[in-house]
Amino acid sequence: MSNTTWNLDPSLESTALVQIKPQYELFIDGKWQAPLSKTYFDSINPADETHLAKIAWANQADVDLAVRAARTAYTNVWSQLSGAERGKYLFRIARLMQEKARELAVLETLDGGKPIREARDVDVPLACNHFFYYAGWADKLLEAFPGQNPVALGVAGQITPWNFPLLMLAWKIAPALACGNTVVLKPAETTSLTALKFAEICQEAGLPPGVVNIVTGYGDTGAALVAHPDLDKIAFTGSTAVGKQIQKACIGTTKKLTLELGGKSANIILEDAPIDQAVEGVINAIFFNQGHVCCAGSRLFVQESIATQVLDKLKFRLQSIYVGNPLDKNTDIGAINSKKQLQTIERYIQLGLEEGAEIYQPTCELPSAGYYCKPTLFTDVAQSARIAQEEIFGPVLTIQTFRTIEEVVQKANNTPYGLAAGIWTDKGARIFGVSQQLQAGVVWANTYNKFDPASPFGGYKESGFGREGGLHGLRAYLKFPN
Amino acid sequence: MALSMIDLTTLEGKDTPGKVRQLCFKAQHLHDQTSDLPKVAAVCVYPSMVGIAKKALGDSGIKVASVSTAFPSGQAPFSVKKDDTLFALENGADEIDMVISRGRFLAGDYQFVFDEIAAIKELCTSARLKVIFETGELDSLDQVRKISDLAIAAGADFIKTSTGKIQPAATFPVVLTMLGAIKDHFDKTGQMIGMKPAGGISSSKLALQHLLLVKEVLGEAWLTNEWYRFGASSLANDLLLQYQKHLTGKYQSAAYFSID
Repeated sequence: MSNTTWNLDPSLESTALVQIKPQYELFIDGKWQAPLSKTYFDSINPADETHLAKIAWANQADVDLAVRAARTAYTNVWSQLSGAERGKYLFRIARLMQEKARELAVLETLDGGKPIREARDVDVPLACNHFFYYAGWADKLLEAFPGQNPVALGVAGQITPWNFPLLMLAWKIAPALACGNTVVLKPAETTSLTALKFAEICQEAGLPPGVVNIVTGYGDTGAALVAHPDLDKIAFTGSTAVGKQIQKACIGTTKKLTLELGGKSANIILEDAPIDQAVEGVINAIFFNQGHVCCAGSRLFVQESIATQVLDKLKFRLQSIYVGNPLDKNTDIGAINSKKQLQTIERYIQLGLEEGAEIYQPTCELPSAGYYCKPTLFTDVAQSARIAQEEIFGPVLTIQTFRTIEEVVQKANNTPYGLAAGIWTDKGARIFGVSQQLQAGVVWANTYNKFDPASPFGGYKESGFGREGGLHGLRAYLKFPN
Repeated sequence: MALSMIDLTTLEGKDTPGKVRQLCFKAQHLHDQTSDLPKVAAVCVYPSMVGIAKKALGDSGIKVASVSTAFPSGQAPFSVKKDDTLFALENGADEIDMVISRGRFLAGDYQFVFDEIAAIKELCTSARLKVIFETGELDSLDQVRKISDLAIAAGADFIKTSTGKIQPAATFPVVLTMLGAIKDHFDKTGQMIGMKPAGGISSSKLALQHLLLVKEVLGEAWLTNEWYRFGASSLANDLLLQYQKHLTGKYQSAAYFSID
């Protein structure tokens, strides 16, 4: 039989399960409240630029209402409950999220553009697991910190990014509630829908009003939240630039602060690595979630002796990556989250060309509507090139080579960031040797982008401070008076 | 496409000339009620049945593959394996499916295993040689990769996962490891090596997943029966069943498809 061109048929996930309201209000004190600002903004689907919903745009007065509701709920209800009772609510929320997993996954994909495969297999199950995990800690805080008398902080203001909307919400809300705090959460403006669906889940779980409040809006809403005087804690995940502003705003206040910011993480392949697995790992490290991952392995370092082989394999592998409709179960790379972000990425690709780097993109067709970017490799990249120094937050990988381990450690650490790193080698001793020298909050060995609620996550240097996840994650929402 | 890649197989101690003749008829007439169906690639039998199969298949174009070298265990002296292979070839086998000496391989006697494959390859002047690893007995993926490289270097035209007598057989990790070896060899030398997963691929869905693996790891050039085969006995009927569903929109009873 002669050769045939044989392609995958589209396999679209149904959106029938998902009900999106035409307009969303603010979720304050357990009720949907129209914004005092009387303004709304549009949420669109980045995959085809269609309108999804109108969403309330909270101003300072709205934020104030939300913080007051959270304070009242903290004083009168939440701080009076035992840890076991708080745990029950968290378990209930986790189970409800599991029940609605399919709906949440489709909603996340519609709103944010990520492939349904990732939303379904990573975002939603991990988010559920965070609630289950921290539900278990709620009545064991004394055992977690023996002799240290852990006490809740009070009211936490939390700001989440658009790359993993529901998962980041879970990272923030689950430990906060488990430790006995109440929260006001502001999701990113392009991805509010799963947070609003989460608010419905809180209602369904019978969570006391005011324990979780969701205020939607743009950066000014976030700024109003950060500036609010009656908060005990600010937790932010997002860009380093905004993180710095927040840190400034918190100077001279008693607010406890954790920041999880950007990254430009190094992924290092040593010559004895299992090459096929390493190539697969590189693909996962940079193209997972369109590269919209703060810990994305965006700088690849390959030992010189295997560089040609690795590069050839990477290029071949790129040909079988499916870029397109995020609702298609075959899709590996979905839509870029927003027009603004697509422009940023395109600007960096242009910059890479101007800096003299060699570009490689596979021959794939992109949908005509929506925001899409081909997976992109840059070789011949200088350590001083801006594309190798600045966070691009898209499917763009810079590739550099090295000869000695000393050299690669130096280059990997030569960045203002320090969030994550990857190392690929067959030798256990090298894993420990190199990872101890890397300034990164997480070092993955022979894998990448692996997350678990029990494992803490956070950065060095300008990638932020504080840890989320695991026992360490509790610390961020507790104080230890004696 | 999948139908045309099948090596329709019967490898049982109780095989009779009648059974082999039936299988050969089935190979040429998968389901005459459906028009435009391809024929299978080959019929795979024991050496003693090669002559019968050859005669039954006539000039249909379907190849006769013979297992050899003391299939399935490979536990016989080389002289016996040689005679086994020569007997199959003299009776007209177009393809030889040999097994490796797993015991010697696991003992680290790679030279012995290499020499054995090379010697059998020498006997197969015009026949194509498939080398069966029996990966279910090889313990680790590292071993699978090692034997793949070794067999390719020794002259294998095809590498094949299993005899079908041992579980696990053609699992995805094993198949992916072997495809990786083929890909690396092709990148280095430009020479194509064929792949034959065998054992346990009994449904269309599994076959489709295997084909996708080949397409994405090796490319479309391998998607022909020249370079890819399924070693299977019951896959054909499931493919026919699914194809009927595709044509008519209805699932048929398995009773409408001849068992051999």
